[in-house]
Amino acid sequence: MRKLFLPIVVALMAIYPASLVLIARARYESTMGLVQKIFYFHMPPAMLMLWSAIFCGVVSGLFLIRKRLIWDHLAVAAAELTVLYGLIAMVTGPLWARKAWGVWWTWDPRLTMSLLMWMIFVSYLLLRKYGGPGSEKLAAGLAVFGMANAPFVYISVNVWRTMHPKTTVVPTLPVDFATALWVSFGGFLLLYIALLAARVRLEEQRAALDRLFMEIE
Amino acid sequence: MKPRRMLWWLLFMVGMAGMNALVLGQPGQGEFLPMSQVPASEQLPAARLLIAAYAFVWIAMLAYVLTIWQRLGKVEREIDELSSQLAKRQP
Repeated sequence: MRKLFLPIVVALMAIYPASLVLIARARYESTMGLVQKIFYFHMPPAMLMLWSAIFCGVVSGLFLIRKRLIWDHLAVAAAELTVLYGLIAMVTGPLWARKAWGVWWTWDPRLTMSLLMWMIFVSYLLLRKYGGPGSEKLAAGLAVFGMANAPFVYISVNVWRTMHPKTTVVPTLPVDFATALWVSFGGFLLLYIALLAARVRLEEQRAALDRLFMEIE
Repeated sequence: MKPRRMLWWLLFMVGMAGMNALVLGQPGQGEFLPMSQVPASEQLPAARLLIAAYAFVWIAMLAYVLTIWQRLGKVEREIDELSSQLAKRQP
């Protein structure tokens, strides 16, 4: 992961400005106008929040089965990034909704389920911070439940009657909209990998510090 | 009920009825208006919302990177301190 860090940062520096240029050049959407451009910074973090929750659940499951520390380090890093990306999605979403729907927030199935999943991962982090010894196993169980919520968040717009656009919108986007979206998504994904690598490094260093404390005692 | 309190209640009721009459007397809006005809004070500026959204993303990301940097720096300093303590202990 450490060897990947520099190439990722370089790619990120290339892709992020490119996404901003593409977003600025993309056409205005006919009904929502300028505010629709929030979409390019709303959908990628929201999608990555779901992927991150699934990743966190999978590595937590592996930690419970195999008990190797690397799975736990990856799980903590992914949980923190799920919360970060979820926060971004849930702040940019209402800023868009205020103009498009006329309200900041509504108890729509997609919004409510996203908030619920986000709170599960916030509770994961609180459990890790204040749960004391052994909390990593409890938190891993919680992450598996959080992961189970992710597919429901994704399909909620197709199953229930909702104000939120359906998942079928993305594959039908015009070329300039889709290019801006997927370049932006690439930037957020690379940023996710870089932050995950940095966060895993922090957990490794903390584990090394714990070992040193044990040696001294 | 005391006569004075009754008088206050009566005045309150008359006031409320008067306000209702004033409100109901206003001509209501009969149909939806196109956005172009809505007064400027009632329209939400899209640019501000867009700038707020993009700014929030950058600030959140930078703040997170900063916290990782600080936490990593703190742990590495502690590791250095403990390593030097251990090195001193060893003969």
